[in-house]
Amino acid sequence: MATPPATAAAQPANRQSADVLRTIFRKYGIFLVFIAMLTVASVLSPAFLTITNLINVVRQMSVVGLIALGVTGVIVSAGIDLSSGSVVGLSAVVAASLAQLPDYAAAYYKGLNLPVFVAVLAACGVGALVGLLNGGLVAKTKIPPFIATLGTLTTIRGLAYLYTSGRPVSDLTDDYNFIGQGNLLAIPGVWPGIPVPILILVIMAIITHVLYSQTKFGKYIYAIGGNEQAARVSGINVSKYKMLMYVYAGLLSGLAGLVVSARIGSGQSGQGVGYELDAIAAAVIGGASLSAGGIGTVAGTIVGALIIGVLNNILDLTNVSAYWQQIVKGCIIVGAVIIDQLKHHGSK
Amino acid sequence: MGTDYVLEMENISKGFPGVRALNDVQLRVRRGTVHGLMGENGAGKSTLMKCLIGIYVPDSGTITFKGEKLQITSTHYALSKGISMIHQELSPIPQMTVAENIYLGREPLTWYGLVDMPRMNRMTTELLDRLKIKIKPTAQMVELSIAQSQLVEIAKAVSYDADLIIMDEPTSAITEAEVGVLFSIIRSLKAQGHAIIYITHKMDEVFKITDEVTVFRDGQYMGTEATPKLTEAILIEKMVGRTLTDMFHKETVSVGDVMLGVENLSGHGFRNVSFQVRRGEILGLAGLMGAGRTELIEGVFGVTRTNQGSIRINGKAVPIKSPKDAIAAGMALLTEDRKLTGLYINATVRENMFIANIHSYLTGPFVKFRKIERDCERMRGVMRIKTPSLLEIIKNLSGGNQQKVLIARWLLTDPDLLILDEPTRGIDVGAKSEVYRLMTEFVKSGRSIIMISSELPEVLGMSDRIMVMHEGDKVGELTRTEATQEKILQMATGMKIATELAA
Repeated sequence: MATPPATAAAQPANRQSADVLRTIFRKYGIFLVFIAMLTVASVLSPAFLTITNLINVVRQMSVVGLIALGVTGVIVSAGIDLSSGSVVGLSAVVAASLAQLPDYAAAYYKGLNLPVFVAVLAACGVGALVGLLNGGLVAKTKIPPFIATLGTLTTIRGLAYLYTSGRPVSDLTDDYNFIGQGNLLAIPGVWPGIPVPILILVIMAIITHVLYSQTKFGKYIYAIGGNEQAARVSGINVSKYKMLMYVYAGLLSGLAGLVVSARIGSGQSGQGVGYELDAIAAAVIGGASLSAGGIGTVAGTIVGALIIGVLNNILDLTNVSAYWQQIVKGCIIVGAVIIDQLKHHGSK
Repeated sequence: MGTDYVLEMENISKGFPGVRALNDVQLRVRRGTVHGLMGENGAGKSTLMKCLIGIYVPDSGTITFKGEKLQITSTHYALSKGISMIHQELSPIPQMTVAENIYLGREPLTWYGLVDMPRMNRMTTELLDRLKIKIKPTAQMVELSIAQSQLVEIAKAVSYDADLIIMDEPTSAITEAEVGVLFSIIRSLKAQGHAIIYITHKMDEVFKITDEVTVFRDGQYMGTEATPKLTEAILIEKMVGRTLTDMFHKETVSVGDVMLGVENLSGHGFRNVSFQVRRGEILGLAGLMGAGRTELIEGVFGVTRTNQGSIRINGKAVPIKSPKDAIAAGMALLTEDRKLTGLYINATVRENMFIANIHSYLTGPFVKFRKIERDCERMRGVMRIKTPSLLEIIKNLSGGNQQKVLIARWLLTDPDLLILDEPTRGIDVGAKSEVYRLMTEFVKSGRSIIMISSELPEVLGMSDRIMVMHEGDKVGELTRTEATQEKILQMATGMKIATELAA
C-alpha cells in the first residue's frame, strides 16, 4: 500500500525516497525491463542492432500489436475479448474478396473493381460488427465476457470458413497488397522507408492512446473497470460504453485481418488463430491487470508486444529452437504477472 | 403548503421476492431544511432513497420534486433533475484521481473534445478549498484512507449543486473533527436553499443538525416530527417499537492477570507503542483518522510486519508473523472495513460464520455440517441476526446484520482476546446495544477486548481503560473514571483542539 498523503509529512526522509523509488519502479518498471532486454540482445547478437532487423521485429509484432491495443481497453473495462483471432480470419477473407483482380477467373465477385478503401472499410466494418455482437452479449445479457467471446471465437471462425469453403482468397490488387507489403517515406539509396503495417500501428497506437487517456470514453472505460457500481451511480451509461469498447476492439482486430491478408497477398479463413492470446499476453506484460479492472495503458501494451517480439527475434538470431521460444514466452507471461502482483501487494 | 416542499414522496411501495421492503410510505422534505431519516437496519430507508435516485423503480406511489411529478428511472436522470447522493457503501474508483472521481460523468472538455484535466484539477482544488478539505486533486483514491475517501464522496455530492442532497450515513467513517467540517458544509448548503436528507444512526447528530425527522420501521412510515419536539427516548421508541433502557450494558468485571503485553512495538504507521490488556478488561483505543490505531492493531495481529518490539501473551513472548500465529495465540480481529477485508460477499451466512473456525468442524477431510448447523443456529439466536435462513447469500443482508455475522464468526473461534475495529459502524441502535451486551458477556468470562472506535460515547461507555493515539504515537492512557470527551479529544489532536473547534 502506498503511504497515505496525510501522514507522508511525518515519514522520515529515507522512507520517502524509498517510496519514490518504488513509485518509479511501479510506473516505469516494464520500460526498464525492455531497455535491459535491448542491451542484452545487442550484446548477444551483432545482427540485432541493425535497422533492417529492428524494422523486421516491429513489423512482425504489428498485427498482434493492433489487436492488443483494443484488448487493452477491454481488459481495462474489466472484460476480456477472446474472439480477436477469429475476427482476423473473417475480416481477412471478406476484405480480400472485395479486392481481387477484376479479371481473375475464380474471383468471388467477378468483374468487381472497387477502390481499395472499400476493402479497408469492410475489414473494419466486419470487426466492428462482431464487436457489437460481443458488446451486446456482455452488456445486455450480462453473461461473463469470457463466455460470450469464447462463443464468438468459435462462431466467427466458423463463419470465416463458411464464407470461403476453406479456400484461400488470392490474386489481390496491388493497392491491397501495398497495405501489407509496401514502404512509405523511403529515401532512395539512403533509407528503405517504413513498412505500411508499422505506420498503421503507430497511427492507431497514438489515436488509441488519446482515446483512452484524454477522452470521456476513455475515462468511463477506466471507471467502469475500476468500480462498475460507482460508475453507474455517477450517471454513466455503463452498457453503452461497454458496447462501444468491444466495437472498438473488434474494429482494430478487423484492421489486423486486413494487414495480415495484405502481407501475404491472400486472405485465408485460418488466419489469426491464437492471436487473441498473444494480444492478451502483450497487454498483461504491459501491466494490464486481469484480476482487477481499471489498470492498463497503451504505452505499456506496446512495450509488452515489443518485449515478445524482441524475445522471439533474439532467440531466432541465436538459433534457439522454436520449441524453446514457446517455453520462454510462457515463462515471461507468468513472470510479468508475478511482478504485477508484487507491485500491488508487495509492501504488505 | 404544497410549494413549501421541495420533495414529496407519496404512497411508495416496493417489494422484492419474499420481502415487502416498503409499504405505502411517505416522505416530505421542506425547502432549505435538513431532514433526518431514521430507522433500524432493514427499516427501508436505503430502499426509499434508491427509489429516489433511480436505482430501484417503486412498484407504486408518486414522487413530486420541485412541483413536478417525476418517473425516475436512472441515476443520470435523478442527477439531471437535481438530486444527488452520498452513498453509504463508499464507491470510489481506486485507480483514478480525486478530481477524476469527483467529476466522473461530467468531465469538462476542451474545445476540441478532449477531457480538460488541468481545468478539472483547478475546479477540484476550488471545491475542496471551499469545503476546507485538505486533499490533493491529483492523489489517487487508492492512496487515501477510508475517512479521506468519504470526504471526497461528500465533496462530490456537493459539487453537483443539487437542490436535494441525500447523505446516507456520511459520518460513518470519519472522526469528530471532520464531522465538524461536514456540519459546517451542511449549514452553508442549507443557507443557500439546498435541502438535505440526512440518514444516520447517531442520535447526537440528529439533534445537532436536523430540522425535521421521519422515522421508518420494518418498511412502514412511523411519522414525521420537528426535531425540537423530539427526545432521544421518543425517537428510539419510534424506531425500535420498545424502550431501550441503558444503551451501554457496562458491568463491573473483576480484572485479572495481564493477557496481552505489547512492548515498544513499531511498524508501518506507528512507533514505539507499549500497552497491556488484562483479563476481563475492555481497552478502548481512541484517536483521529490517521492516528495509527488500525495500523497498530494490524501489526499486533500479524497482518503487517513489525520491525521492533515484543508481544507477550499470558506473560510468554510469542512471535506473531502472520494472522495465523495470532489466531493460534487466541486472538481474533474484526476488521474496520467489512466489505473489503471481512465478508465473503457471495457466500452464505453460514459459510461466513464458520469459515474462521473450520478446523474444529472436521472429521478427517470431511466437514461436520450438522455441528456447524447447530452452532450457527445458536449464534443466529444469540446475535438476533435477521436472515430468512442460514443459507441466504450474505450480500442480501443489511449492514448491521452482516456485522453481527462477522462478530459471530469470531465468537465461534472462542478467542481469549477479541479485537474490534469500529464494531458498530453503520449499525442501528438496537443492534448496537446488542453488540455492547455481547461485549460485556464476553469479558465477564475472563477474556479481553480491544476496541477501536471513533465514536466517543461508545469509547467512554464501554472501555475500562482508554488509550489515545496521535500520528502513530501513544499519547496517553485514561482510566474509565478520569476519561471525558474533552480530555480524549485534547490528547487525540495533540492539543490542536482549540484551533479545530474555532474553525
